Amino acid sequence: MSVDLATVRRVAHLARIAVTDQEAERMTGELNAILGFVEQLGEVDVSGVEPMTSVTPMEMKKRTDAVTDGDKAEAIVANAPASDENFFLVPKVIE
Amino acid sequence: MTDLTRLTIAEARTKLRAKEFTSAELTDAYLSAIDAANGELNAYVKVTPDKAREMAQASDAKLASGNGGDLEGIPLGIKDLFGTEGVHTQAASHILDGFEPRYESTVTANLWADGAVMLGKLNMDEFAMGSSNETSHYGPVKNPWRAEGSNLDLVPGGSSGGSASAVAAWLCAGATATDTGGSIRQPAAFTGTVGIKPTYGRCSRWGVVAFASSLDQAGPITRDVRDAAIMLKSMASVDAKDTTSVDIPVPDYEAAIGQSVKGMRIGIPKEYRVDGMPEEIEALWQKGIAWLKDAGAEIVDISLPHTKYALPAYYIVAPAEASSNLARYDGVRYGLRVPGKDIADMYEQTRAAGFGREVKRRIMIGTYVLSAGYYDAYYLQAQKVRTLIRQDFEKVFAAGIDTILTPATPSAAFGIADQDMAADPVKMYLNDIFTVTVNMAGLPGIAVPAGLDAKGLPLGLQLIGRPFDEETLFRTAHVIEQAAGRFEPAKWW
Repeated sequence: MSVDLATVRRVAHLARIAVTDQEAERMTGELNAILGFVEQLGEVDVSGVEPMTSVTPMEMKKRTDAVTDGDKAEAIVANAPASDENFFLVPKVIE
Repeated sequence: MTDLTRLTIAEARTKLRAKEFTSAELTDAYLSAIDAANGELNAYVKVTPDKAREMAQASDAKLASGNGGDLEGIPLGIKDLFGTEGVHTQAASHILDGFEPRYESTVTANLWADGAVMLGKLNMDEFAMGSSNETSHYGPVKNPWRAEGSNLDLVPGGSSGGSASAVAAWLCAGATATDTGGSIRQPAAFTGTVGIKPTYGRCSRWGVVAFASSLDQAGPITRDVRDAAIMLKSMASVDAKDTTSVDIPVPDYEAAIGQSVKGMRIGIPKEYRVDGMPEEIEALWQKGIAWLKDAGAEIVDISLPHTKYALPAYYIVAPAEASSNLARYDGVRYGLRVPGKDIADMYEQTRAAGFGREVKRRIMIGTYVLSAGYYDAYYLQAQKVRTLIRQDFEKVFAAGIDTILTPATPSAAFGIADQDMAADPVKMYLNDIFTVTVNMAGLPGIAVPAGLDAKGLPLGLQLIGRPFDEETLFRTAHVIEQAAGRFEPAKWW
């Protein structure tokens, strides 16, 4: 499978990365080189093989259902580019 | 007085306890060395001298009263991927500009609890994506090694290139690093240092900037095998904050050093003899086989039939996980924000300006393989191949193989801005051909220096172990180290 310029633009939008015409052009070539490389996986017979979903065969650990953390709104917004009274500020979303 | 920066962690530990010098003196020696060398090598992206001196003083007080921890007063460098409270943590990316977390990663917290001193944050490939440390927002790191009679600057490997360069150039006693496809072992091999990626689940991932969560593992890069055992014992822990942290007590890895490998069964996988592999790598491999045989180990030819599919499967799984993990960088909660005409445009402009070329490339691949209509063909297929790769290893271990010996990399360090690598992303990816299988299967792997090539550049061997059997790796790597000797660069910086 290979990607064309329109697909690259669509994927860039899905990934929320603005691309110039020139970048989209270059990425098309690069992505096709990588997709060409991974193509060989198609030749592996995987019939009856389960996909790997857990690296270590273990049961998922669960924490106790209790509040153990919190009350640190100030610490959470401390690194925000824009905040006000412990809220993140973003451009207006609703007209 | 001898140069304190030349001491290993084990040597410095003994001398600190014997009060031959103080941690403050040792720390100052490293800070001076960094000051003199970092302009040239670019291994550190942030030096923290005040914090280092403060921590060293606290260590000296503990050492004076005789209750220092296992790493009391030992100055370390920390890869920029580890969250360090109030200190520069940017994964060497522009998009995390100014980020200083309000928390400490579990791994670094463990090190500080054992008395280690932080010298600063180390350069790396952006978000740990790269094999040459050239994708860093802070520019490439130089390898302290140069080919004989050459002034050409070489890469230290990646993504933990700053860690490897700093350890090899005596700019820290040891360094933390991380490994998603080879990012500890490949730079260790390129710089004549020791690097171990432990079993998935051994070191907590909590507080470490995520790249590919089912592959990422932390580990140390050090000057010798014993130091790697000392550091890993401190870094590893059982952590309730990481759901993939495994409930197995951390053994005393150092106790494995010096144990015999007599009667051990060492597997030699035929699939690691790849086309176009330089003869020197094959010769190095044969030397390693001979050393282990001389030490009484049994050499067994084995087959890991799905080896060649590990790298292509990795380049689906890792970008897929990365595209999801890196979705959080949106210009809202931390780091860079580039204004746009609306909120969606702000996201797109921020991510366009904040991510470098390689990171964008991987996010794009990941987004594509997870997108509607392609998920089964790419992602599901890759996860099934991953099961087959793990089964390959399970079969040989079940047949009685204790550890597997392979080359660590298909070549020695290459030049900065290498034209072939720059022209073809896949060529760069091939650097990890021997290391990536280990991440895909979640196994432990160690790279240990084993010799020099014809140009005088270091080459490493890799040992792969059973899950949570890092002790066998330390024991076997130490035998190789004893036979091969240690390798140090000629100082030019």
